Amino acid sequence: MTTLLLLAPEDNILVALGAVSKGANPVSDGSAVDVQEPVVLGHKIARVAIPRGETVIKYGVPIGSAVSDIEAGQHVHIHNMKSDYTPTHSLEETAQGHRKTESGSEGRRS
Amino acid sequence: MIEGYLRHDGRKGIRNHVAVAYLVECARHVASEIVLPHRDKGAQVIGFPGCFPNPYAQMMMERLCTHPNVGAVLLVSLGCESFNRFALQEAIAASGRPVHSIVIQQAGGTRSSIAEGQAWILEQCAALEAIPRVTMGVEDLIVGTVCGGSDATSGITGNPAVGRVFDRLGAEGAACIFEETGELIGCEQIMAARAVTPELGQEIVRSVDKAADYYATLGFGSFAAGNAEGGLSTIEEKSMGAYAKSGSARINGLIKPGDMPPSGGLYLMDVVPDGEVRYGFPNINDNAEIAEMIASGAHMILFVTGRGSVVGSAISPVIKICANPDTYARLSEDMDVNAGRILSGDSLESVADEIYGLCLAIADGEATKSEALGHAEFILTYKSFEPIGPSCLPVK
Repeated sequence: MTTLLLLAPEDNILVALGAVSKGANPVSDGSAVDVQEPVVLGHKIARVAIPRGETVIKYGVPIGSAVSDIEAGQHVHIHNMKSDYTPTHSLEETAQGHRKTESGSEGRRS
Repeated sequence: MIEGYLRHDGRKGIRNHVAVAYLVECARHVASEIVLPHRDKGAQVIGFPGCFPNPYAQMMMERLCTHPNVGAVLLVSLGCESFNRFALQEAIAASGRPVHSIVIQQAGGTRSSIAEGQAWILEQCAALEAIPRVTMGVEDLIVGTVCGGSDATSGITGNPAVGRVFDRLGAEGAACIFEETGELIGCEQIMAARAVTPELGQEIVRSVDKAADYYATLGFGSFAAGNAEGGLSTIEEKSMGAYAKSGSARINGLIKPGDMPPSGGLYLMDVVPDGEVRYGFPNINDNAEIAEMIASGAHMILFVTGRGSVVGSAISPVIKICANPDTYARLSEDMDVNAGRILSGDSLESVADEIYGLCLAIADGEATKSEALGHAEFILTYKSFEPIGPSCLPVK
């Protein structure tokens, strides 16, 4: 069962089609990626290494850039990427509180 | 085949509502009480809460009160607000609709105003049953789309499915409106390339630049905490997902709230105010945008949600398309379509076919989930716009 969706061939991220666990996971193009941390539906996993400052590509278009070096298989989200347009302060503030609870609940899930 | 309602101005509606419009917050309770016993017969509350005049709000109220889904209008005024109820009543009367005003300060207060209003509504509901029915085709429809409570499934399932429905409706002659330039940040060049003229493309890029500046001044993007929890990291990512709602047709024009699409096809609505940042957020919630598309004539709204919105709207039915299968499992009583089944292998086409079929059934009078549940949300706040430029609606 495919667990990660490749939306466009030039994308450097994959989208989780459900809860994805750590370890080797099949990708919709027939390949596989070694996922380093569990994520839930809709979240992104790096398909390849994305160095700090590099553009994150989804749907074949830029959706922001990496703020730290991201390894293949790592979760790509607001902790390691940012918008190249409007800063989303509300998101940062709310999400910090949220990340604590999410990592807790993910711990229980795994 | 759609059985619609023919209005005196020649426009055709798919609902036969009596709108009860409060003209300042102070008159809202009376308006709500008037509607309460007649909700099932099609009475609905709309209104503007502000006491100070605003040309945008005046225009919006006029467009909404003369919308083809509205058959009669009761205006409820406190009496001392600045809203120009005389101009509004005149515009409604000129459209051939029955209209009546109650001024609470003159009618003797809350109880007498409610009694007078309810008696008038009762008469109108009976009279509206005699409105002539008329056959409508897809080419008579104006359909809007919005997404709210988005997550990362919205851009994979619900939005692309709506995009296909828009392509089909537009090809068959319906006017289709997508909007929220603040949630199209990052897509401006791709959108501009779809414009029917290069000048329109430039206007589209300008409208998105305006949105980016506006939100930067406010210090927040059009991005809520739930978006991030659902896997979206940036406004560009949310934008690309939202953009999929527009389908793949050429973009025929750029309109602003209240502007009517002059013919069928696809239109982008710019909902971000012009000029300096004055009245706060351009879209304080999803219903503000829904009301703006209805003011531009939308007969119905296709609402894609990932996290799970439950809203409907006054005046025009809202079809809720749930992008996330987990959300659908939790909130199925509020959802018209489960687009999340695409994630377990169903095709985009099958979901698009279901939405298209539902559009026709809802247009013919079938109730949406939100209508059956009594949802009729409405909000209107202060804004200011300049008229659209000549390049925004190129003559085809």
